[in-house]
Amino acid sequence: MTGIGEGPELIQLESVDAGYSHHPVLRDVHFHVHEDQFTGIVGPSGAGKTTLLRLLLGTLKPMRGRIAKTDGLRMAYVPQLETVSWNFPVTVRECVLMSRKSATQLPWASRAEKAEVAAVLERLGIADLAERHIRELSGGQQQRMFLARALLRQPQIMLLDEPTSGVDVSTRHDVLHLLADLHEDGVAIVLTTHDLNGIAAHLPHLVCVNKRIVASGTPQDVMNPEVLEQTFGARMEVLEHLGMRIVVEEGPHIDAKEGLA
Amino acid sequence: MDTLLEPLQYAFFQKGLLVAALSGALLGFIGVYIVLRGMSYIGHGLSHSIFGGFAASQLFIANFYILGAGLWGIGSALAITAVTKRSRLGADAAIGVITTASFALGVALFAKFGTSGPSFENALFGSILGISPTQIYGLIAVCVLTGAFVFFRYRALLFSTFDPDVAAVSGVNVARIEAMLMVVLSLAILATLTIIGVTLVAAMLVIPAVIARMLTDSFGRMLAYSTVIGLLSGLVGMYLSYYAGVPSGTMIVLVGAALFLVVLAFTGTRGLRRSAGLDAHTDASALAPIAR
Repeated sequence: MTGIGEGPELIQLESVDAGYSHHPVLRDVHFHVHEDQFTGIVGPSGAGKTTLLRLLLGTLKPMRGRIAKTDGLRMAYVPQLETVSWNFPVTVRECVLMSRKSATQLPWASRAEKAEVAAVLERLGIADLAERHIRELSGGQQQRMFLARALLRQPQIMLLDEPTSGVDVSTRHDVLHLLADLHEDGVAIVLTTHDLNGIAAHLPHLVCVNKRIVASGTPQDVMNPEVLEQTFGARMEVLEHLGMRIVVEEGPHIDAKEGLA
Repeated sequence: MDTLLEPLQYAFFQKGLLVAALSGALLGFIGVYIVLRGMSYIGHGLSHSIFGGFAASQLFIANFYILGAGLWGIGSALAITAVTKRSRLGADAAIGVITTASFALGVALFAKFGTSGPSFENALFGSILGISPTQIYGLIAVCVLTGAFVFFRYRALLFSTFDPDVAAVSGVNVARIEAMLMVVLSLAILATLTIIGVTLVAAMLVIPAVIARMLTDSFGRMLAYSTVIGLLSGLVGMYLSYYAGVPSGTMIVLVGAALFLVVLAFTGTRGLRRSAGLDAHTDASALAPIAR
């Protein structure tokens, strides 16, 4: 799969304006998500990345325009780690099980549900942490637990808000590989990120956002100084290394002897 | 043993003991969700709001004042939820305006017209006197309803308490669960109002749940512990109320507070760490749209 979106469409946003308290954050958005898509939404803080994600999720209604979704679309959402209280009294197993709609309406998990949770925890390499309280997990393990919770829904599309925010380089690599594996298994992936070199450059498809969709395409297409300046409002150099784009910010230079230049 | 048996010869004490135990258990049970959702202030506000409905209903529909107060409480609960979701007014401000105005109305009505039901002081601080069979049946019905609601909506309640945004995307009707929880909370407050008292109901929603959180990291155990702690506070508080000659609500709450201190002494920093930031995640995502 190429990941740039060629298969059947799952979600369509047409001429959408959206925002909060009657103030539009995004204007005139045209965005289609296909079932083989692996897209990163990039942009500066306040550009509307999370707003676009919320539109796709359906938790934010558009002020104008049309949003259409495939009937019965199974979506899973992985929020930023800091959106929940890690002191909440649940174990890893209990947290993952939350997303599984109980067939029996009983509070406790059936044998089949327990087996499903065990399998998904095994797949994400955290089976031995099942009975741990969620506070005892590292950032990477917390992210894996959220992915496990999302996977238990057997989604057709997974939307992730800054999935590598606050995790170390090794965990970032692990998360990217996991997402690539899921994509290979046929799950469409859409994530937001502000990390151009660590995440965006590795993805097959990018959407650059700054109050509107500035550009859309492969990293080769959109990671160029013109698009990045329109998106981030700052001049950036783009280098090529082993076929991959690397963005270098043109910031002020601090000299050890002379100070800020 | 005589100390335990002597008050039981009085029918009013037997009824009071049953109602206190059930009230403590009910408030302890539902209090887990209230505390973890950061709704403690809503519990406090609702009890005051229902007091207004209590007074007004006694004036206008004397024989059905419990029904009137219940509708008033449910209306207040849903109004608070709607105001905090749809306006720019913060949750604390909305609760402050709606519930204190309702409470003030209740005080004014009591002062001007008196009452045909419980006295002003009993309504505020609770009393074991004059508990009617209707009140006992009502309390049992609310206990059964609350238990059934939690039993059949356990996973949805847990998910929407822990992570409302993801719960909504995962097919949980978070708004409906929140509205149902508010209705159950209103009914629980109403059913326990006469024995615990308006001003002290909120304490019994919070204290058992906080103690339970200090004792365990498991949600299921927290529910069980909080219910038992509420029940014990009700039982012991009733006896102390009888012997000390003070309102039942005050003694029930004081027993709960004493239990808190005992558990704090035993669990120390571990207990405090567990109970720290109980509601840290809920306000932004549960009550207001996020502008990001």
